[in-house]
Amino acid sequence: MLSKRIIPCLDVRDGKLTKGIKFKGNIDIGDPVEAAREYYEQGADEIVFYDITASSDERDIMIDVVKRVAETIFIPFSVGGGIRTVEDMRRVILSGAEKISINSEALKNPPLISEGAKAFGSQCVVLGMDVKKVEASAKIPSGYEMVIHGGRVFTGVDAFWWAKEAENLGAGEICLNSIDADGTQEGYEIKLTHLISTNVNIPVIASGGAGTPEHIKDVLTRGKADAALIASMVHYRYYTISEIKAYLQGSGVKTRMTW
Amino acid sequence: MIGIIDYQAGNLTSVARALRYLGEPCLVSDDPKVLKQASRIIFPGVGAAGEAMANLRQTHLDQWIPEWVDKGKPILGICLGTQVIFEYSEENDAKCLGIIPGAVKRFPKDLQEDCMPLKIPHMGWNSVAFQKDHPVFRDIPDEAQFYFVHSYYPAPADDRLVIGWTDYGQLFCAALARRNLVAVQFHPEKSGRPGLQILANFCRWGGEDA
Repeated sequence: MLSKRIIPCLDVRDGKLTKGIKFKGNIDIGDPVEAAREYYEQGADEIVFYDITASSDERDIMIDVVKRVAETIFIPFSVGGGIRTVEDMRRVILSGAEKISINSEALKNPPLISEGAKAFGSQCVVLGMDVKKVEASAKIPSGYEMVIHGGRVFTGVDAFWWAKEAENLGAGEICLNSIDADGTQEGYEIKLTHLISTNVNIPVIASGGAGTPEHIKDVLTRGKADAALIASMVHYRYYTISEIKAYLQGSGVKTRMTW
Repeated sequence: MIGIIDYQAGNLTSVARALRYLGEPCLVSDDPKVLKQASRIIFPGVGAAGEAMANLRQTHLDQWIPEWVDKGKPILGICLGTQVIFEYSEENDAKCLGIIPGAVKRFPKDLQEDCMPLKIPHMGWNSVAFQKDHPVFRDIPDEAQFYFVHSYYPAPADDRLVIGWTDYGQLFCAALARRNLVAVQFHPEKSGRPGLQILANFCRWGGEDA
């Protein structure tokens, strides 16, 4: 039986973490490679990097980060942000990332999903989805709408439809972020996660809202997610990944306990 | 020197990086003349069996790999590399190298666990129940897990070759060994410390049987 995955997410800008993570001894560090090493040692099953670098001239800095991460940790990791072409994907994958993730770029240009899947295999292509709850309507029958620009722009695309469409186009995994829950630390959007995860045949990573190990257990059991993305709760050292995993294991959720 | 077989099937950089981390010199090549300088061979790969076989034929590696195996020198198959050493793969209906009797099969569509449908590919961390002691799998904790990404699984004709079984709605062969050949379906280069341990063990293994 597969283990449920715990995946810390690191936001990177110009080669530095946007928010420092707390290390042993409460030292704040800003180097994404050191942060990745710390989470690898704590038992992270995978790591997600989001590059929020504004200008494309700075992309080389991220490629250098990817190369250094690949020499340091020996678990899968993915890179998202600013990937607009198959060539962008190739650079990131050849630098050592296992997967790339595309979000608004895929909404604007859906064939990018199939082109990526054809070039590198579906398992390399993660679809990032930013979703907001809305009134169900003829246009948005599921009551969940795709949003971009951090939730400021509504796209008129139904999230349920888009998840199925992306699977058909060849996406290998979905990272499903609830903009409503994101940053609240009050728990994941269980209903949304359950809806998407039980209706696609590719793994779903739940994202947004994690504050406690119980939240993670809920989304992995009731929400049927295959993996859980976490950020603040480990970056600020409220919990370590090992503590979260020990809790999950104790609650009957299969996790990887030896690394 | 470890030779890594390059046949345009991705993932080679991760294996090379893991070996570098372990301090093991390696060369990556699609040329038998270069690869024969190596003392042992890693046959990795991600992708589809049909295309992989076409690439291997083009570089004559389809003949060279079985010869290497016959010489008794150590070889480690990983993921797609493991699959193409069988006789046949259901993926692309591909005739493969035929080094190990058996076929590579697709996970059935109606795969279930506790009445819940299972997703395909089998992607993520899973346990491997090791059946016997083998030098390449030495010092691996019983509860260790390994990283898998695949929709097809190896089914050797002779179960006695199976070193490790994994459960994904059904049991399948995750690791096998026959004399100087060891092959795994998971990715040791992406499986943290236990995976690195397997690579390190392989680098010290002379190819003798368990």
